Amino acid sequence: MTDNVQSVGLPDERPPANTVGPIAWLRNNLFNTWYNAILTVLVLALLGSAIPPFVDWLFINAHGLDASSAVCRKDNSGACWGFIGEKLRFILFGTFPYEQQWRPLLTIVIFITLLVASCDRRFWKPWLGLVWIAGFLSVAVLMWGGVLGLTPVENTLWGGLPLTLILSVIGLAVAFPAAILLALGRRSNMPAVKVLCVTYIELIRGVPLISLLFMASVMLPLFLPNGVSIDKLLRAQIAFIMFAAAYMAEAIRGGLQAIPKGQYEAADGLGLSYWQKMLKIILPQALAIAIPPLVNTFISFFKDTSLVIIIGLYDLLGAGKAALSDPSWRGFYREAYLFVGVIYWIFCFSMSKYSQKLERDLNRSHRR
Amino acid sequence: MATQTRTTGGAPAPGGSSFSLSDPTVRAVVYQVLVVGAVVLVGWFLISNTLDNLARRSIATGYSFLEREAAFGIGEHVIDYSPKDSYGRAFLVGVLNTLKVSIIGVILATIIGTLIGVARLSSNWLIAKLASTYVEIVRNIPPLLQLFFWYALVSDGLPPVRSALNPIPGVFLSQRGLFVPAPSADPVWTMMGIAFLVAVVAAYVLRRWAKARQARTGQIFPVGWTALGLMIGLPLIAYVAGGAPTALDMPTLKGFNFVGGMVLSPEFFAILMGLTIYTAAFIAEVVRSGIIAVNWGQTEAARALGIPSGPTLRLVILPQALRVIVPPLTSQYLNLTKNSSLALAIGYPDLVSIANTTLNQTGQAIEGVTMIMGTYLSISLSISIFMNWYNKRIALVER
Repeated sequence: MTDNVQSVGLPDERPPANTVGPIAWLRNNLFNTWYNAILTVLVLALLGSAIPPFVDWLFINAHGLDASSAVCRKDNSGACWGFIGEKLRFILFGTFPYEQQWRPLLTIVIFITLLVASCDRRFWKPWLGLVWIAGFLSVAVLMWGGVLGLTPVENTLWGGLPLTLILSVIGLAVAFPAAILLALGRRSNMPAVKVLCVTYIELIRGVPLISLLFMASVMLPLFLPNGVSIDKLLRAQIAFIMFAAAYMAEAIRGGLQAIPKGQYEAADGLGLSYWQKMLKIILPQALAIAIPPLVNTFISFFKDTSLVIIIGLYDLLGAGKAALSDPSWRGFYREAYLFVGVIYWIFCFSMSKYSQKLERDLNRSHRR
Repeated sequence: MATQTRTTGGAPAPGGSSFSLSDPTVRAVVYQVLVVGAVVLVGWFLISNTLDNLARRSIATGYSFLEREAAFGIGEHVIDYSPKDSYGRAFLVGVLNTLKVSIIGVILATIIGTLIGVARLSSNWLIAKLASTYVEIVRNIPPLLQLFFWYALVSDGLPPVRSALNPIPGVFLSQRGLFVPAPSADPVWTMMGIAFLVAVVAAYVLRRWAKARQARTGQIFPVGWTALGLMIGLPLIAYVAGGAPTALDMPTLKGFNFVGGMVLSPEFFAILMGLTIYTAAFIAEVVRSGIIAVNWGQTEAARALGIPSGPTLRLVILPQALRVIVPPLTSQYLNLTKNSSLALAIGYPDLVSIANTTLNQTGQAIEGVTMIMGTYLSISLSISIFMNWYNKRIALVER
């Protein structure tokens, strides 16, 4: 009976070479069908003709950070990083007084630290709000000066990355409570409140941001009583707040709509008032759901701050463009836009990756 | 939701005329009166300030300025325009320019976006990675920066008019744009346009007839190929029947610029390129998520039924994917249209840029801004209405 049962295992055979290893990977992922094989070859040829010249331009033939524009113009086969070397501080800090530029630098560091710290869910505690307020206060002191022995700096001199961060982060922070009220108002069953909120949200979302900036820059002065005037930066900030509030309200509304009706009914059943119900039961859940879309709103908002160039403020993009108008550096637009683009890209890409991670994490906790 | 539901416990007796703030119905009315009152008050404050300021600066309100002579030139216009025309006509030129760049942009962005969205799902690793690199780079850089880049590429990167590149006889590429020969004006072109429209209508009728016949008899009619044949064939017949004119209007250098032919201006190129590439990245994501949303089992079921892969895509996958795709696609179209206002920054004469010139010349700030906002609101509203109609048409019919 046991004759045909083999008691000694055969030595392990290696799997056929065409099912594992790099060759199999190539077969499965690049050459699995005849048209994929053609496409692969075409794409490889395209990349092969595009990437080496680009790398040459970017690194090999490039001039270093100390190159002068005359040197670059003589041999223009490579990038001229001398442009960035000379204009770095102007692009990053705008026209802020040169010897005081540690202040906008510290502002950037504070903003980035706050943003990074707020990404960690362990820090999502009430004291984080206080930390943010402290951060805003120190940014205000640093930028304006006038106290603690800092020389005062007019906000017309602000520019570069701090301006981009101030417009977007402060815009977001102020717009957030307004957005919650708008979202609640839109779902309210008081007709007058609802109509007002819907009109506001749809009106703002229906027009481009530029028209709001125009409104802020040419109409706002007319709205104010005679003799009262507000400066350009504040006007732009108001336009951004109005804009952000409408878009964030829609993100929050999505969160509110995702809360099952039973939660509302349970809160009513406990005899909670409207605000108790919202603050203790509905909003904590709705906002958690709304965080990924809110982060996405923030990303597009961050990109949109570049529009202030149209009303004459010099944010990161504006400063980059202004640096190009220096006659001795005219024409080095590739270097300028690549540098500025990379800064924007790092901010936006890391935020979008964070939003995707958050979405996965939150989904995990919602799954039963 | 339940703010107005009356709690039975301590509520005043029904029918009682007591006015109490603990009655939710009364409270709701009070709140609304307060909110509306506050809004009206703020509005009145702003309007009275505005009227006061306008009177002080002696600016007349109203739209009568639209009939005055504009006295500024516009580089690109779809309809005839000269600086002698009125502000109203200048504004119309701007609206048409906005529509032109938006419509072409929407079409191109949809095509490129769909291709890239499908490419991201390709089984070819290289193609999928390339497509996702494109999406991740493009959508994380401000559109305005991209516009500036494309504009600089043309206006700084290309030679001046005098030393224009001339790759093919008659085609000139310079800082002033791309000049190509255009067919000379001839009634045949109008006839061909009409023939094309006739072909479209005929194709639509044919499709309805083919569907009805298939439902009746089960026979399939090759609608796609016939429609394609009609749309190419009819204009071709019109062209030959009209005498097949071959005269070309060649661009020639006159003074500081080329005259004649068709021109693709650097401004139009930059705004179109920027909008298309930027929006295509978002459309790619929309298309990708729409395709993923259709369960793989649907494809397998179609295969099991022996449906070929073409009709599987057309009759099984797409109708289900479109339902997921259309609403976010609508908002991308709206975004593209709104982003076309960035044209102002590079000098393409869209409606915002022309309204800006107008309000700088006339000082009619309020009218200018309301005209911009009103136009965009109506464009947004029309796109929404059209896309909602389309969405309803393709929505799942639940039984």
